[in-house]
Amino acid sequence: MGVSINWLKDYVDFTWTPEEVAHRLTMAGIAIEGVEKDNDDSILELDLTPNRGDCLGMINLAREVAALNRTDIRIPEPAINKSTEKINDYVAVEIADPDLCPRYTARLVKNVKIKPSPDWMQTRLQSAGIRPINNIVDITNYVMLESNQPLHAFDYDLLSEAKRIIVRRAEPGEKITTLDDIERVLDAEMLLITDNGRPIALAGIMGGQNTEISDQTVNVLLESACFKGTNIRKSGRKLALRSDSSIRFEKGSDINGVVYAVNRAAALIQELGEGQVVAGIADCYPQPASLSQIVLRPERVNNLLGVTLSPDQIQGYIQSLKFDWQDEAGSLRVTVPSYRPDIEIEVDLIEEVARLHGYDDIPAVLPYGDTTHGGLTTYQKFRDQIKDIMSASFYEIINYSFVSPRYADMLLLADDSTLRNVIKVANPLSEEQSVMRTLILPGLLDTVSRNLARKNSSLAFFEMGSVFYPREEGLPKEVLKLGAVLAGKLESNWLKQEIDMDFYYLKGVVENLLFKLGMVDLSWEETEEPGYHPGRSAAIKCKGQTLGVIGEIHPLVRQNFDIKPRACAFELDMETLFELSEQRVMMEQITRYPAVERDLAIIVGEQTKAVAALEVIRVQGGDLLQNVVIFDIYAGEQVPEGCKSMAFKMTFQSATRTLTEAEVNIRMDEIRNGLSTQIGANFR
Amino acid sequence: MIDRLKQIKLSTEKRIAEVSDFDSLNEIKVKILGRKGEITGLLRGLKDLLDEERAEAGKIANDIKNTLENMIDAKTAELKKMELELRLKNEKIDISLPGLPLAGGGKHPISQVTDEIKAIFIGMGFSVAEGPEIETDYYNFEALNVPRDHPARDMQDTFYITEEMLLRTHTSPVQVRTMERLAPQIPVKIIVPGKVYRKDDDATHSPMFNQVEGLLIDEKITFANLKGTLMLFAQKVFGERVKVRYRPSFFPFTEPSAEMDISCVHCQGDGCRVCSYTGWLEILGAGMVNPRVLQYGGYDSEKVTGFAFGMGIERIAMLKYGINDLRLFFDNDKRFLKQF
Repeated sequence: MGVSINWLKDYVDFTWTPEEVAHRLTMAGIAIEGVEKDNDDSILELDLTPNRGDCLGMINLAREVAALNRTDIRIPEPAINKSTEKINDYVAVEIADPDLCPRYTARLVKNVKIKPSPDWMQTRLQSAGIRPINNIVDITNYVMLESNQPLHAFDYDLLSEAKRIIVRRAEPGEKITTLDDIERVLDAEMLLITDNGRPIALAGIMGGQNTEISDQTVNVLLESACFKGTNIRKSGRKLALRSDSSIRFEKGSDINGVVYAVNRAAALIQELGEGQVVAGIADCYPQPASLSQIVLRPERVNNLLGVTLSPDQIQGYIQSLKFDWQDEAGSLRVTVPSYRPDIEIEVDLIEEVARLHGYDDIPAVLPYGDTTHGGLTTYQKFRDQIKDIMSASFYEIINYSFVSPRYADMLLLADDSTLRNVIKVANPLSEEQSVMRTLILPGLLDTVSRNLARKNSSLAFFEMGSVFYPREEGLPKEVLKLGAVLAGKLESNWLKQEIDMDFYYLKGVVENLLFKLGMVDLSWEETEEPGYHPGRSAAIKCKGQTLGVIGEIHPLVRQNFDIKPRACAFELDMETLFELSEQRVMMEQITRYPAVERDLAIIVGEQTKAVAALEVIRVQGGDLLQNVVIFDIYAGEQVPEGCKSMAFKMTFQSATRTLTEAEVNIRMDEIRNGLSTQIGANFR
Repeated sequence: MIDRLKQIKLSTEKRIAEVSDFDSLNEIKVKILGRKGEITGLLRGLKDLLDEERAEAGKIANDIKNTLENMIDAKTAELKKMELELRLKNEKIDISLPGLPLAGGGKHPISQVTDEIKAIFIGMGFSVAEGPEIETDYYNFEALNVPRDHPARDMQDTFYITEEMLLRTHTSPVQVRTMERLAPQIPVKIIVPGKVYRKDDDATHSPMFNQVEGLLIDEKITFANLKGTLMLFAQKVFGERVKVRYRPSFFPFTEPSAEMDISCVHCQGDGCRVCSYTGWLEILGAGMVNPRVLQYGGYDSEKVTGFAFGMGIERIAMLKYGINDLRLFFDNDKRFLKQF
């Protein structure tokens, strides 16, 4: 909202430049976003926090300036001419639902002349962003801007004969056409102003068309009321309707300000509309509210802020706000004015003291007390360690936790897959971000696809993040996952040392990672996971528990994500990893006796798994076999149809002695026998 | 004979000096000093000489033999050295060619900044606390003093799952969860990094972003302590010379509440486009924990006080690295990621 400096000066004196006022208000918590010159005036752009809605009224804003300037404010005194007529002869006011409308007042001004309001008023309205209409409507808006109390003007002669106003909840489905010419269908929680049963205004939000002020209006009924903010907010949201009036009620209005506002408006209509104000106010106020009192303890101020203000200084700040207070055993019993509904408890008053004192004048002191060692839990360190290991050769990515529901189909998830059981966002920004992910994989593949489209090559990404599974009761299950994806070759180079980042490359990454995490007893089992190539994927297990899955992406899935080159990915469960990792390392003695190396090539059926041969070699090799690696796999010439050749390099070594040829030969014979009998190996 | 020997010496010395390869040198060695070589042959003739002559000729012959052998050894060493030099020269490479590229990788800038912030506060004795990203309305709002239909709910546009369940709009629910877990123990000294969600999407807003929240509850914690802690934090992240200022603000869960600005990292406070010519950049919100929140968490607000603060990690990272569009963080373009 725009605030005219010239207008502000009607209520408070100051010699600060507009920029100075803006700065001082900002540093006292009334944020001014900008200052704009406007002929001989300057307009401050207000950016209020939700608790200070009161400053949408010029008088309340002037109170802030006065508190900072330690001066007084001037409030215009409404002077209403004497009249012998009585309001009760003209209108009756009743509140049926006082929980939503604690107070309703009305005043009548007769024989008005509808015309444009004077230029000065129009200029002021425009500075605040309100379009001038006619003198009556402009006056209600002007008084609202001045006092922060929204007003409404009815054409009195368009009311029913009964002239009986009742404030009540709407009937479900009841309708009203508001001033903006839209018919609104209401529910039972929306509050109406009715006249003899007929809706004439949507309380606190917008008036009805049926009683609108027009050029023909002669008699004006002014409404000034207090409506419950939360209800106005709710109704406004349901109807998608916000007005200058509803914004103010939502933030909390001043129940004691209603009478001033209606009088001020009546006086202005008398002056600018040549009307005669009927004596008296129809005031329905079933349960008059008392002002709240809060005890402010000076030592509490100092203890909370870390300052040493004297009681006099604290009183001075309260005094500058013009709050009434009494001394109570060294404390201040402060009466909170009703225009400051944000002040509810002692600490709210402490904030008043702090902001008037100036936050920058509070010292900066490091806390002291018992030292705490703080730090990370073992699991947090474990996660950081994994990120460190992975980021050596993968770029970390972060994807949104919400994804498109289409992913389930794009990943070829089975119709009955539990992964299709997603948590839906009730009000997503778009369909593309409407369900919570149950896999890390879609984000990985999206990232690859986007990077390929931009001609980025050699892609290696990882992400650590949560996936979400619904639960029957309570909050969903959030499971932290580690996912990684590869596509393409290692960076191409002039040496032509090209390495495909394929299944085995990724498997090497996982093996290295799991080794560093101290995972032992690993197994890789063939599996058919949705999304992966059925012949090129594996479940990774440790001590019989599944850690996750690794594999080449299914060609159809690649097609769905528009990924041309082969790509591989894995997805591991972080908590299972953590449970099964053994971070404790015990050193093994390094033997000083020489090692003996032996190579062995075997011919086996093409379906024989490497792990089967290795298992035999390890068992038959016994304790002396330190290590065995596969160094060649070959099928083709010199190898019979349907067979392949595998070559192993074995290292024998003892911790206690130098091995003899004979000993090693015995082991080798046993290995050959084993391979021959157990997996039908032939030897070259 | 002696003349003959001297003659051989002279001619051999000359040939050794001229020789430039191992084969020729070896040939000389065999021809002169070998078993069938000239000197060996001459020495064989010694027996025919008179005693006196023999003694003298024998000595001279041996001297010459030794001299020539030394010369050949020296020449061998020289040739070896030359050969090595030649080989090294031939093996010269173009060191300006690029190295073999290893697989590249790195942590996301958000992780790097989070790690840095974590390290600073861990150094001050804070622990790291975490909580769920899908939260109840109670922890996200109500226990933080934001009742239903409170206008403060407009400050954060919320993604809902159900009436009661939502994507957390800030990391603050973890404050309440931690207080519930620890109450009435003190101190509570945590920072809470994590993802948060708000219904907003443009160059300065992302529907998902990252926050770090801090909470310290103890006896006698003051607003001055909050300022001291945040000052140290700002200096560690933005350098010793950074200036800070605090403006009163509003958060339902703190009172008094403040927003902290730092002097613009770009212009050092002179005013530039980055700071909209104000010289200041808003980086975090903070305040003294509202007594109602302490009570919700199970603490006696008369006995303990606390401060809390929260900041967007993307905001810090953008200032630190000069990143101008928030969306880059979640676009995951390799060309972006490899810069950090």
